[in-house]
Amino acid sequence: MTTTVTAPATAAPVTAARAGRSWTQHGLLFVAPFLVVYVAFLVWPLLLGLRMSLTSVNIAGSNDRFVGFANYAQAFGDPRMWNSLWNTVRFTVLSTIPLVVLGLALALLVHNLRFMRWLWRLSFFAPFLLPSAVVSLLWMYMIYQPSFGLLNNALGTDVLWLGDPGVAMWSIVLTTVWWTVGFNFLLYLAALQSIPEHLYEAASIDGASAWDKLRSITLPMLRRTTGLIVVLQLLASLKVFDQIYLMTGGGPDDSTRPIIEYAYDTGFTGYRIGYASAVSYILFVLIVVISLVQLRLFRKREESPR
Amino acid sequence: MTRRLSPGQLVLLVITGALALLWLVPIAWAVATSLKPEADTTAVPLSWFGEEVTLDAYALVLGTGGIVKWAINSTVIAVAVTFLTVLFSAMAAYGFARIPFRGQRVLLAAILAGIMVPPQVLIAPLFSEMVALGLVDTWWGVILPQVAAPVIVYILYKFFQGVPPELEQAAFVDGAGRWRVFFTIVLPLSRPVLAAVSIFTFITTWNNFLWPFLVSTDPNTMTLPVGLANVVQGTFGVRYAQIMASVVLAGLPLLVIFVLFQRQIVRGVAHTGLAGE
Repeated sequence: MTTTVTAPATAAPVTAARAGRSWTQHGLLFVAPFLVVYVAFLVWPLLLGLRMSLTSVNIAGSNDRFVGFANYAQAFGDPRMWNSLWNTVRFTVLSTIPLVVLGLALALLVHNLRFMRWLWRLSFFAPFLLPSAVVSLLWMYMIYQPSFGLLNNALGTDVLWLGDPGVAMWSIVLTTVWWTVGFNFLLYLAALQSIPEHLYEAASIDGASAWDKLRSITLPMLRRTTGLIVVLQLLASLKVFDQIYLMTGGGPDDSTRPIIEYAYDTGFTGYRIGYASAVSYILFVLIVVISLVQLRLFRKREESPR
Repeated sequence: MTRRLSPGQLVLLVITGALALLWLVPIAWAVATSLKPEADTTAVPLSWFGEEVTLDAYALVLGTGGIVKWAINSTVIAVAVTFLTVLFSAMAAYGFARIPFRGQRVLLAAILAGIMVPPQVLIAPLFSEMVALGLVDTWWGVILPQVAAPVIVYILYKFFQGVPPELEQAAFVDGAGRWRVFFTIVLPLSRPVLAAVSIFTFITTWNNFLWPFLVSTDPNTMTLPVGLANVVQGTFGVRYAQIMASVVLAGLPLLVIFVLFQRQIVRGVAHTGLAGE
């Protein structure tokens, strides 16, 4: 949009030309501050990471030899890389499903409840506002602690929630659902509020039941939001690190270690920062692919008339 | 109070109320534990209250721990990141939306492509860069990488595109330059969307863990989440009441802010979360 047809024909071109005269009015000056930060702390590290992934550089910056694709070759043959990638994917699948379904369910409940909405919103969204360290400490010491934790005492069990390799990932997922479902809940709530009321009124006149309205109005109207939430959730879950690192450190037996933690381990504890970059780039490619699929998906949606 | 509950509403209320209670139990339990004498924190069977209700744990944490210092660091860092992000992004978005210049489309595309780059995959190269710049263990080292958030540019760009240019024309006719128009007309007009992205940025920065954790090893520059994580890893013989007191203190600021500004925050999160939908 370079010209507006409806604008008063005289004013726009004159003023734009006058404003464009001096170099201080140049658009690049407005863009420059952000651009500098963006190039220095996003584009540059992105390129540097690519370069580092092709070298044997360590964290001190020494041993910086070009090794071609050796790091990638090694990563693809590294069972611990595959295991951590698998853990990330497993976490993503296990967490995305309840986070989306429960987020929708909670939003439907609160939306249809006509009073005290602020209280319900507060209850479900509050955990999202807690830092990961707070959430992790709370759950590992108060909930999952085997002898005096809430969960075992409430259920009468003696499960090692974070110490059993078969259980730990589920525990992480449970904590994550409690912590972050409020975000999807809010997005769904906002979407529900934007569905025009008259659709429901019309359906009521036609004698539709609550279930009919949910199935034939609410859910179809939420399809676009759901697509968006699913993709956002996939992307967020693939980046999991904090709560796993803090609660299990990746254990027991590597059963929860996500790929970002593996990159961190090899780079910052194992000092092989070139290899760590290669591992990071494997995840990066996965994330870019999902982002591109999302772009295509939504472009298609926008083109097709609703 | 003429509130008549239909049976349907009653069922909804019971289900929602039960779930809300379930959601609040962990937080309530942390608060309860923080108020117990240390000796009672591990007692089984569990009970909500210990022998007495005491603030000892809070006194100890506030007196000896670095929690006050970390809270100050977190505040400074979150405020700085929010201010710089919103200012720089708004300027850039305005430049892209309103002022045509050569190479604009390519530049905009290059910035929007950055939305796909998760900061988590940049930790290794970004850390080497910070070592080279001497910014490890400094506030700027924590702040600057978090300012490079292209998604905020995108949201504001979409917003500015929707603002009718006529609003600015009058000022141009009066001889005002673009900067004056930007700061005195465009920014005040955009207050709601600026509030939304500010809230979102503040929450994200306040809670960010991975990058501050990597770049600050000195307890003097640590943020609240990082300091908290470090204390626990370094402690022999866990002191549960004190840890829960720290947890409550660290979680409290955003919760209080949320209670006070619920409406704005909900709108801010929903709006920014859906990237300006």
